Amino acid sequence: MNVNFDIQEKQAQPTKPPKPVIKTKDLDFAYGDSQALFNISMDIFKKEVTAFIGPSGCGKSTLLRCFNRMNDLINSANIKKGTIRISDIDIYNKDVDVIELRKHVGMVFQKSNPFPKSIYENIAYGMRIQGVKKRSELDETVESSLRGAALWDEVKDRLNKSALGLSGGQQQRLCIARTLAVKPKIILMDEPCSALDPVATAKVEELIHKLKKNYTIVVVTHNMQQAARVSDRTAFFYLGRLVEYETTEQIFMNPKNSKTEAYVSGRFG
Amino acid sequence: MESDNQQQRAHIFSRRFSLNKFLEISTTFVLRFFTYLIIVLAGYLFWDIAYKGSKVIFISEAPFINVQFLTEKPQTLHVFEPVDIDSQLKAAKADILSKSIQRKALSNSNIEEANAYTLAIKELNEEIKLLDIQRKERRLLFSDSEFRNLSETPSDDDYVYNTYAYSGGGIGPAIIGTTLLVFGSILIALTLGVLCAIYLSEYSRPGKVLQSIRLSILNLSGVPSIVFGLFGFGLFVLYLDWGVSLIAGWFTLALMALPVIITASEESMRAIPKGFREGSLALGATKWTCIRTNVLPYAMPGILTSSIMGIARVAGETAPIMFTAAFALRDRLPWEGLEQSTDFFFQGVMALPYHIYVVSSKIPQNEYTQSMQYGTAFVFLLIVGMFALSSIILRVKVRKKYDW
Repeated sequence: MNVNFDIQEKQAQPTKPPKPVIKTKDLDFAYGDSQALFNISMDIFKKEVTAFIGPSGCGKSTLLRCFNRMNDLINSANIKKGTIRISDIDIYNKDVDVIELRKHVGMVFQKSNPFPKSIYENIAYGMRIQGVKKRSELDETVESSLRGAALWDEVKDRLNKSALGLSGGQQQRLCIARTLAVKPKIILMDEPCSALDPVATAKVEELIHKLKKNYTIVVVTHNMQQAARVSDRTAFFYLGRLVEYETTEQIFMNPKNSKTEAYVSGRFG
Repeated sequence: MESDNQQQRAHIFSRRFSLNKFLEISTTFVLRFFTYLIIVLAGYLFWDIAYKGSKVIFISEAPFINVQFLTEKPQTLHVFEPVDIDSQLKAAKADILSKSIQRKALSNSNIEEANAYTLAIKELNEEIKLLDIQRKERRLLFSDSEFRNLSETPSDDDYVYNTYAYSGGGIGPAIIGTTLLVFGSILIALTLGVLCAIYLSEYSRPGKVLQSIRLSILNLSGVPSIVFGLFGFGLFVLYLDWGVSLIAGWFTLALMALPVIITASEESMRAIPKGFREGSLALGATKWTCIRTNVLPYAMPGILTSSIMGIARVAGETAPIMFTAAFALRDRLPWEGLEQSTDFFFQGVMALPYHIYVVSSKIPQNEYTQSMQYGTAFVFLLIVGMFALSSIILRVKVRKKYDW
C-alpha cells in the first residue's frame, strides 16, 4: 500500500483549545496475529461529539471498544503498544477496575439490545447491579434517564410493559437511557442508527445534540451525512490507520488528505 | 403401424421410462416403508403395554383406578382354586397327554385311528377352555395382608391352596422409590451440570485443555450404563461405605445424566444473544452479575427442559441402580422406621425398572405374575411420559414468556 498516511502533522489544532478527556497515544492493537490498529494518536475533547468514519473493517469500532475495554471480552485481543488515558489515567494499567471504567464510559451498541424485561427494569438494571434498592431512588433515576433520552413521554404509561414491544428507534433510545442511568461522563455509540429508519435516526441524532451539553460523545458511523450533522470533530480511518482528524467542517469542506476527500465525496468506500 | 402411431403421438414432454425415475420411485417407497415400519413397531409396543397394563390399573367400579395396586407393597398372592374343577382339569390334561402319546404311536400304521385321537384331543381342549373360565370365576385370590385378616380360611375340602411370590399387592414402594431417585438425581445433576456448563461456556478459554474436557464429557455419554453401575458400586457403595442406598443411586444416576445436561446447558447459554452480555457488561456489571442476571434466567428454560429429558431417560435405566440403590423387595416405606434423619439417605429403595426386571426374570412365571409385569411397565411408561410431557409444557410456556 503506497499511500502516505502522515498522521502526526494532521493532528487537530483547534483555535480555542478545549480540554481533552481521552488521550490515545501511539496505539497498536491486534486480534491475535492480525493487527487491527496502527499507531493511533488522537485526543477526544470534553463535551463534544466526535465521529469516527471510514469503510468497514478500518478499525473504528475496535478503537471505540478500546475506550471502555470491551475488547477484553475477546481472548486474543491485546494492545501491543501505546496508551489510552481517560482523565489522565492509563485505563490499561493493572490497578484500573474495569467495572468502574465502564460505569464512567457508557456504550450504546449497533444492534439495540434491550433486555427482555420491562422498560422500567431495563433502565433500573444498571442501578440494581450496583446494589441500589431504594424504590424512590430508582424511580427518580428511571424518570430522569428516560427524560434525558427523550423517551419519557412515549413510554411513561407503560413502564411495566416489555421493552421488546417498543419500536426499533425507541429501543435504541431506551438503550441510551439505560446507559445514562449509570451516570457516565463519556458515551460511546457504535453505529447507533444503522438499523433505524430515517425518522428514528433523526430522533436519535436530535438526542445526541441534546446530550452533548453534558456528555462527551464518540459516534462510529457509516453514514457520512450523519457525521456531518451531529459531530464537532470527525476522524477518518482507513485500514487501521487514522488518516485525518479535524473539525467536521474541515473534513467535509476542505480535507487535506486525498483519501479523505475521495471517501467523503463518495468516490470510494 | 401401431407402434408408428404411438411414436407420432409421443412428444418431447411425454412420459418415458428411465433408470433415474425408477430409482426415484423405489427410493421414495423404501424410505416410506421403513418410516412406517418404525411407527408401527413403536405403536405396537405402546399398545401392547397400555392394553395389558390398563387391565391392571383400571377397574370397572369406582374409583376406576386400582388404588391397591398403586399404593400397596408387593406381596405374596394366596390362591384358592375350587377342588372339583381342579381335579377335572388335571384329569383332562392327563387324558390329553395319554391320547397324544397313543396317537404318535399309531400315526405311522393306522391313520384313521390316529385321526380319531386328534379329534378327541380337540374336544378335550375345548372342555379345558370352559373349565378354565369356571375356575377363574370361582377361584379366590388374597394378597398377604388380606389373607392374614381372614377370619377363617376356605376349607381344604373345597379348595386347592397355592401361593405365588410377588404376584399380589401393588407397586407403591417402587413408585415412591423411583420418584425419590429421579428428584434427587435431578437436583445433583443440575447443580453439577449447570456449574460446569457456566464455566465451560462463559469463563474457559479455548485451547487444548478445553478440548480435552469436551472430549471427556463426550466419552462419558458413551459409557455403558452397567459400567456406571459398577463404578457407583465401587466408589459409593464400597469405598465410601454408603451401602446400597438412595444417595449412592442419586450420585450414580446424576453422573450418568451429566453429559446430557452439560451439553444442553452450554448450548442454551450459547444461544443467548451476545448483546445481552455486552449490554450488561457495558453498564458496569461484573462477569458473574452479568451471567446471573442476564444469561442464566433466559437460559434456564432450555436447561431445564433438556435436563428433564436427560433425567427421564436415565431414570429408566436398571443397570446403574441394581448395584447401588435398588432392593428387590423392601417392606418398609422410605420414611418408616428411621432412627436418625440421616438414615433416610442411606437406605435402599425399590424402583420400578428394577422391579420389572425382578418380576419378569427372577421369579417363576405363571398366570398370576403377568398382571404385575404389565401393570408395572404401564405405570413406569406413564411416569416417564409425564416427565417428557412436563418438559414440553415448560418449554412452550417459557418460550411465550421470553421471546426475543
